Amino acid sequence: MRATTLNVNGDDLDVAAPAHWTLLEVLRYRLGLTGSKQGCDKGDCGACTVLMDGKPVLACLVLAARAGGARIQTIEGLRPAHHAAGGNGADPVQDAFDRCGALQCGFCQPGMMLSARALLNDNPSAGLPEIQEALSGNLCRCTGYTQILQAVQTALAETTGGEAPVPCWANQKDDD
Amino acid sequence: MAARDLHGPEAPWGEDFEIIGKPRRKVDGLSKATGEAVYTDDIVLPGMLHAKTLRSPHAHANIRSIDTSKAEALPGVHAVITGKDLPIPYGVIPWTPDEHALALDKVRFIGDEVAAVAAIDEDTANAALDLIEVEYEVLHAFLDPREALERPAPQIHESQKENNVSKHVALEFGSVDAGFAEADLVLEGDFSFHGSTHGAIEPHCSVARYSADGLLTVWSSTQITHYVHRALSRVLELEPNHIRVVQPCLGGAFGGKSDPFSLEFCVAKLSMITGRPVKMLWTREEVFYAHRGRHPMQMTYRTGATKDGRITAVDAKILIDGGSYSSFGLVTTYYSGQLLTGPYDFPNYRFDSTRVFTNKPPCGPKRGHGSVQPRFAFEVQLDEVATQLGIDPIELRRKNFIQGGDETVNGQRITSYGFGECLEVVERASGWKERYGKLERGRGLGVAGSMYISGTNYPVYPNEMPQAGIQLKVDRSGLVLAFTGGNDIGQGSNSVVAYLVAEELGLTLDQVRVVAADTDLCPVDLGAYSSRVTFMVGNATIDACRKLRPLIVDAVASEWEIDPKRVRLIGGKVIDLEDPERVMESRDAFQLAEAKYDTLGSTGAYNTPTLGGDYRGGTIGASPAYSFTAHVVEAQVDEETGRISVPKVWCAHDCGRALNPTSVAGQIEGSCYMGIAEALMESHHVNRFGLHSGPSLLDYRMPTTLDTPDIEAYIVESIDPEGPYGAKEAGEGPLHSSIPALANAIYDAVGVRLHELPFTPAKVLAALREQRAEQAAAEERRQA
Ligand code: FES
Ligand code: FES
Repeated sequence: MRATTLNVNGDDLDVAAPAHWTLLEVLRYRLGLTGSKQGCDKGDCGACTVLMDGKPVLACLVLAARAGGARIQTIEGLRPAHHAAGGNGADPVQDAFDRCGALQCGFCQPGMMLSARALLNDNPSAGLPEIQEALSGNLCRCTGYTQILQAVQTALAETTGGEAPVPCWANQKDDD
Repeated sequence: MAARDLHGPEAPWGEDFEIIGKPRRKVDGLSKATGEAVYTDDIVLPGMLHAKTLRSPHAHANIRSIDTSKAEALPGVHAVITGKDLPIPYGVIPWTPDEHALALDKVRFIGDEVAAVAAIDEDTANAALDLIEVEYEVLHAFLDPREALERPAPQIHESQKENNVSKHVALEFGSVDAGFAEADLVLEGDFSFHGSTHGAIEPHCSVARYSADGLLTVWSSTQITHYVHRALSRVLELEPNHIRVVQPCLGGAFGGKSDPFSLEFCVAKLSMITGRPVKMLWTREEVFYAHRGRHPMQMTYRTGATKDGRITAVDAKILIDGGSYSSFGLVTTYYSGQLLTGPYDFPNYRFDSTRVFTNKPPCGPKRGHGSVQPRFAFEVQLDEVATQLGIDPIELRRKNFIQGGDETVNGQRITSYGFGECLEVVERASGWKERYGKLERGRGLGVAGSMYISGTNYPVYPNEMPQAGIQLKVDRSGLVLAFTGGNDIGQGSNSVVAYLVAEELGLTLDQVRVVAADTDLCPVDLGAYSSRVTFMVGNATIDACRKLRPLIVDAVASEWEIDPKRVRLIGGKVIDLEDPERVMESRDAFQLAEAKYDTLGSTGAYNTPTLGGDYRGGTIGASPAYSFTAHVVEAQVDEETGRISVPKVWCAHDCGRALNPTSVAGQIEGSCYMGIAEALMESHHVNRFGLHSGPSLLDYRMPTTLDTPDIEAYIVESIDPEGPYGAKEAGEGPLHSSIPALANAIYDAVGVRLHELPFTPAKVLAALREQRAEQAAAEERRQA
């Protein structure tokens, strides 16, 4: 057992866990923050992505004992942070994913949305290639990524006042 | 109203739909987006133990002995079970119960389950696995399906009549020989489809609690709660009314969570032994062993056509590699032949399909169950017919398309047909006329079409009861709760139920909540497979609403003293169509109806009409409605490296009425992605010892955002007369034609026909080398 203090979603939390436990295990099975998902436990899928000091990391590859001192943000932290900043409802990334249909089974999405959130914070003018690059560590098996990319473009557009993409099927009726 | 009554495709109130047909959020989207949604591994119960499975290191072996004493003695271990603790066999198809939760006397693939341990944590359980001693007698392992077919011993399943044959189906419709005699052109070719797996990002997980009062509750990542319920009852010898199965939020399935799995029985048994809740979460590696993915098939097709491009006969011979157990194999074997008979008219058709057992992870249903492989072979051959006859491939498909009013050659009734429009849409969107056959060498376009079922009237175990049931509870608060046994696996079936209830009862979506996939709370539904949910659960939902609606309308009409025809439920209100001043909240209407008719609720059901040809197996693949798809794929072939890339996919899918176009587009895009992925990158493969060659997401090479083509999804709506508001399926059909369209695009790009999947650079280079050799030989002949 090893005692660590983790800063998660703004709170300092004391946890005791086996020394070899990863940040993902501690988040899920000690702190009950089960929004971070485990799809492979070895760094292949990205479902466990969380933000450490604003950067996306794979929580299944970070030892919990090494995460003390960093600001960790999980999917559960996005909405409260949005509220604290004066917003209401879900974080704009979460909301855009919901509106664009990006959430099918949803299992990849906490990690996906945190990767997207980090991109939005760092580079609000990102174009499609940068978005694809930023999400390339997060596997999704349901969507074919199309609606995910649309969601991120939509969230970016809404932040910067740009144009949100219109999917081809939504245009279809007007053409015909 | 009886289960088989039709509701018609029209909007329930007047001309227009309020909810249906517009892009909508899903009912559970925000709970998934915020991390609130609870998946099986998110469940933690007080005192819960963790279980792990010991697996076979041999592809085929008899178990001589198992000694668990050292494992049992390890501190922290609470129970160890082996095959003798769960000796009753099961199988998702009741006629082929050939699986055991833990191997009884023999193991049949590397990864087969042998023993399970429950301990205070996973580390202790894993340490205990190392202490279990198993003595094996290693047997010859069958890794080649042809050898399994021909060599009699040692049989993988001793109960089989003939060598390792799992199922054989041979059917002929019309006269194939006469059809070939009529043909001006007959093409024959061999095709090979490799194995691929589902790769849902959530690994399988189950939690069981056996309570002191004898109630077993199992939470499991299954896509068919009802079949798990039945299988648990059988294997554990518990009354089904002492078992509750709940499917929490599910992290993807694609067919990979349709069978009852070892872990469900093991956690239940371990909980019964220990008196504590038990969880088992499979590792990603274990998910690859559990598999149930796409069957490898070796196929020979012969197609005859007249000079003007009419198909006269199709003849198929298929060898199916089933892996080590039956799973849905009986259905797979039928589907490999039965689902090919549209969208084109086959006057004469014959197939002969044999599924054999091999010592590999068991195959099963993967998105487009049993029919993606034949579709690949046939659509490539059809393209070859077009080339040989000098007919445009889209034109050829148009010419053979079954138009309305027909039945297919094998007796499938088709009620709505959007294939012609699908072809038109992709032809236009891809710029086919201007670009096909005209792009620079290395770049090409290919087309293909397909048809798929919206559920089947074969209910896995024969019974006269409804395939889908639904229950509505109407609350004084203004809320309607819908209870459905349907499984939302990410496709959005709970949302479909909510949309339909809101449309029928004139509510807003926040006035409807859905409780699903809990065998205690919800009426039986046969689950999420065969693309049945929207069609069947949707019809059951409308049925339940239409029993309830008259009560509400009538109560309001009496209160207002008007003709019920003037009462309309809309947007959470009730209005008088002739007096716009008269409005009431739906909550108040519910209360009036409750006062008049007592506590309000209703049930609804759906069952298929009698369908299918009058011959053995005629009901398998007989669907109340068929969806249609057309693809155009653009391919870029790098002749130096043999690498193929896919810059663009156009897919038009006829899903009947699109209840929520956002969800339909998501299904089309996900299907296209998955088809191109298995054609180019993925392979579920074992080495010469039967060991999986890369049971990880990295080695399996699932595409990332950077590998996935740009996909344009188009929705075609041929309103089906029997679907809920005319809807059909969208989740599986749009995968089929993506793969042959890619193969045909490669031909347009560089002039080589690839018959063997996956299309690896090595195969592309070999085909190009052969092409150059042929060209050189032809050149020599000409000069000589
Ligand atoms: S669980 Fe961490 S990358 Fe898959
Ligand atoms: S939504 Fe299911 S894996 Fe991405």
